[in-house]
Amino acid sequence: MIEFHLDPTSGVATYVQLIQQVRQAIRLGMLRTGDQLPTAQQVVAALAINPNTVLKAYRDLERDGLVRARPGLGTFVIATLPPTDPKAQARFLASMAKWLADARAAGLDPDDIEAIYRTSFRNAFSEGSEGVA
Amino acid sequence: MTSLLEAEGLSKRYGRHRALSDCDVSVPAGRVAGLVGPNGAGKTTLLQLAVGLLEPSAGTIRVLGRRPAEDAAELARVGFVAQETPTYPNLTVAQHLMMGEALNPSWDASLAEARVGRLGLDVRQKARSLSGGQRAQLALTLAVAKRPELLILDEPVASLDPLARREFLQGLMETVAEHHTGVVVSSHLISDLERVCDYLVVLVDSRVVLAGDVAELLAGHHLLTGPRRDISGLPANQTVIEESHTDRQTTVLVRGRGPILDPAWTARPLSLEDLVLAYMRRGRAGTPGPSNRKGLEVVA
Repeated sequence: MIEFHLDPTSGVATYVQLIQQVRQAIRLGMLRTGDQLPTAQQVVAALAINPNTVLKAYRDLERDGLVRARPGLGTFVIATLPPTDPKAQARFLASMAKWLADARAAGLDPDDIEAIYRTSFRNAFSEGSEGVA
Repeated sequence: MTSLLEAEGLSKRYGRHRALSDCDVSVPAGRVAGLVGPNGAGKTTLLQLAVGLLEPSAGTIRVLGRRPAEDAAELARVGFVAQETPTYPNLTVAQHLMMGEALNPSWDASLAEARVGRLGLDVRQKARSLSGGQRAQLALTLAVAKRPELLILDEPVASLDPLARREFLQGLMETVAEHHTGVVVSSHLISDLERVCDYLVVLVDSRVVLAGDVAELLAGHHLLTGPRRDISGLPANQTVIEESHTDRQTTVLVRGRGPILDPAWTARPLSLEDLVLAYMRRGRAGTPGPSNRKGLEVVA
């Protein structure tokens, strides 16, 4: 069983924070297949948040195939998350490093670069993909 | 499913004073709706209309699909905690529960006792000697133990210290999780309700200036900052809610779903509090709200 914690200053929607914490716990092995997630009631009692928020997070996790709700019993982890492909990670790290070098060579300072990154990140994840941004 | 609360053209006047003007609100079933606005905006009037303590001057209001307090059956479906979470100072906790049982046909005595036990209240204690937080919890217990479909609470946490406030909201949310009770709760502070409500109605100066699903409201607003410029060039699907200019910079709060592609703007998401405050300023300035769009209701 894991406990959820909220970061009210993060600007990340509460249900997204819950999803991230479950995914992280699965990735780090704190949650394994067959483990139960806290019930909506337990989460609500601990955090004083709306139960619909918890249910929404659990529904999204279920849709992603990570957990399954068993009526009357609770919500259980049914899958593990494979670590991200290290080759893909290395490839994108390299192309990002090159992109950053190009940007600096063109005279952009770190603040410019961060603004560009943030704007394109937000645009990439807000259009059509519901709620993730 | 039937809406928790449905108002059309709802108005309430006291002589020449307008307490509520032409309100259209629809709170969907299964929600925890926050009713937010400055003191004197009309929150209490709206809630008292919803529980049948007041009659509308014009327009209609329906609660769970029926007229408020139409008959005993309708009264039993709605639990109300009035402002200041009133209790009877000279009655003990046990006497409050006995009274609740005598007055409510659907009274759940075991729920009431379990709740009082969990709160650690001494049933022999008189309400006047309880702390503010305990009194609020007792009032909530009375409303919850009648097993209503909808709980209406008027500023329940306004006078509580932060710990009692959190505990009250925990108790309220546990009830929602356990019994799927709908909730309409008012506060003049959005920060009190931010964690718990998934639907929001903002009242300013007797009018509804903003209403909608909290997640949709947050996703649908952005704060744009950029070099000073005329804002008429913004995409047509972005409605300007608020704008301010310094000699070099322009800041615009916009409402709209599409991405902001113009690189001259830096777009930031807003906190619910900032969003509500912007609508409050705008409502106070008397500017009409933007027209209906994308399933979010905005009423001028």
